Amino acid sequence: MTTRVGVVTFPGSLDDRDARRAVRLAGAEPVALWHRDKDLHQVDAVVLPGGFSYGDYLRCGAISRFSPVMETVIEQARQGMPVLGICNGFQVLCESHLLPGALTRNDSLHFVCRDQKLRIENNGSAWTRDYTPGQEIVVPLKNGEGRFVADERVLDELEAEGRVVARYLDVNPNGSYRDIAGITNAAGNVVGLMPHPEHAVEPLTGPTTEGLGFFTSVLKQLVNA
Amino acid sequence: MARVVVDVMLKPEILDPQGQAVQRALPRLGFTGISDVRQGKRFELELEGPVDDAALARIREAAETFLANTVIEDFTVRVEEDGK
Repeated sequence: MTTRVGVVTFPGSLDDRDARRAVRLAGAEPVALWHRDKDLHQVDAVVLPGGFSYGDYLRCGAISRFSPVMETVIEQARQGMPVLGICNGFQVLCESHLLPGALTRNDSLHFVCRDQKLRIENNGSAWTRDYTPGQEIVVPLKNGEGRFVADERVLDELEAEGRVVARYLDVNPNGSYRDIAGITNAAGNVVGLMPHPEHAVEPLTGPTTEGLGFFTSVLKQLVNA
Repeated sequence: MARVVVDVMLKPEILDPQGQAVQRALPRLGFTGISDVRQGKRFELELEGPVDDAALARIREAAETFLANTVIEDFTVRVEEDGK
């Protein structure tokens, strides 16, 4: 049976198609999910894609977090379903309190778009098991509000529990505390990532194909589950 | 009709780069003597019914869960009297 990975489209999502394409290239069946539909259509995992859902009104991800589809995503994520939030999706996961901390305006105030070097710090999560700890990858990054912040206690806890999934190398593009580019929840099924692995899955359009590992990881996770 | 105002500000320990940019621009425009600027949001809520304790409690709940992200923001709720 083919693994089904849902990709949610909110009004203002941009990278839902690229995310579905990455899911397909990884060998799973992408399933388009709609923000107003609570039904997840029997998917095994969910990707919350990048973009500017609800125009980033109020705060990035603040309105999406209360959309009908998120009711089910939050409930299923708490029961262990793998969920990957990329960029705006990471913001939605923080607003949903599935992940700690928050994403605020880049310290430079500039929107940053670059090919970003990252170090995968933890391959124990559902979305990183195809990487080796310490592996360096390059994937596109593009955000205006990507600065990960949390209080010292939460940051120490994330570090102590190995829940920093990826860290910025060479350049910290947005002022994120402790160079954090991505984190996971305690169970390891929910991952938030500010850079865009779904844009680095094919040589024609990406700087590398090193983003594909996030999508192949979840397949292995689900097959072995 | 009554109006309730919810002010939302970034917590003091959270860097406010927008406020900093505004502060840096002020002297250039001749507005000197301003040592710090923090930028926030103001929500004006018009109520259909009276502003009683129950209504205010609901508004505080809305501010806590939705209007503010209490991970990074503080909020205040106040009633705006007529004519003010």
